[in-house]
Amino acid sequence: MVDSIVAAASVIAAAFAVGFAGIGPGIGQGNAAGQAVEGIARQPEAEGKIRGTLLLSFAFMEALTIYGLVVALSLLFANPFV
Amino acid sequence: MHTILLSKIEVGSHLYVDLSESLHFHGETIFVSSLVVTFLTIFFLIGQSNLQRVPSGIQSVLEFLYLLVKDIAYSQLGPSFYSQFMPYITTIFFFILGSNWAGALVPWKLFELPEGELAAPTNDINTTACLAILTSLTYFSSGFRFKGIGYFKRYVKPSVFLLPINIIEDFTKPLSLNFRLFGNIVADELTVAVLCSLVPLIVPVPIMVLGLFAGSIQALIFATLSGAYIAEAIE
Repeated sequence: MVDSIVAAASVIAAAFAVGFAGIGPGIGQGNAAGQAVEGIARQPEAEGKIRGTLLLSFAFMEALTIYGLVVALSLLFANPFV
Repeated sequence: MHTILLSKIEVGSHLYVDLSESLHFHGETIFVSSLVVTFLTIFFLIGQSNLQRVPSGIQSVLEFLYLLVKDIAYSQLGPSFYSQFMPYITTIFFFILGSNWAGALVPWKLFELPEGELAAPTNDINTTACLAILTSLTYFSSGFRFKGIGYFKRYVKPSVFLLPINIIEDFTKPLSLNFRLFGNIVADELTVAVLCSLVPLIVPVPIMVLGLFAGSIQALIFATLSGAYIAEAIE
């Protein structure tokens, strides 16, 4: 009985972990992409440099979502409480 | 019986190889990563065996890769230090790149295992944790070597009350490196697996291409961050 409650709570917590972790980086990536497009429009010759920096910073932002995903995965597959 | 606990984090199931009563290995991780190391060694040995003044074929590929890695090290560590740390950054970069692409390019699904399945070695959290701890040891030891006991002044650098935060940072750096690499690779392989079970034809192919791209970006990020941490420690 207690185990099933813990399992249900873990599944809901996993959903929340991924869902909420997606919000912030989504906003951040949108901002960064918008600014990059603005930069390219203003200075088209700097496109290569801007793209490299943008991809690198995208990967950093994506890492925040991935942390949520790791927490969710460990709740689903390697749950220490069940 | 006393058990040596080297690590006890597991996500998913693995093929367990018992070396002795108290030592277990994740068989598929060891197997694929040794394959990757063998392939890389043979590739580089063949590439540098017959060097010409005008590069062609495999030598021009190697020169391109050398310039790529040198650029990473140079941009992080600067002109006076980059040559000392380039071997480490190169090793890290090519091992991670090879591992990620080994998981994405080779059709491992054709081989059946009794437990677990063959995939990228970076799919196992122990591999990425090992790489992250290696980076952390490297920046600590190189900082200690370059600055001696004065290295510890870094912990009270802006002001003394930041000491706990600076100490915590030493633990969060390898943790975030670890989770970033592991999570990206696992997320990609999970997406491909789910899509393959839903629609086995054509539809997973763009995700696989995205996985190749993400794998190379993650290798680049890991190498860049290692360089940045080392530079922060020795400056």
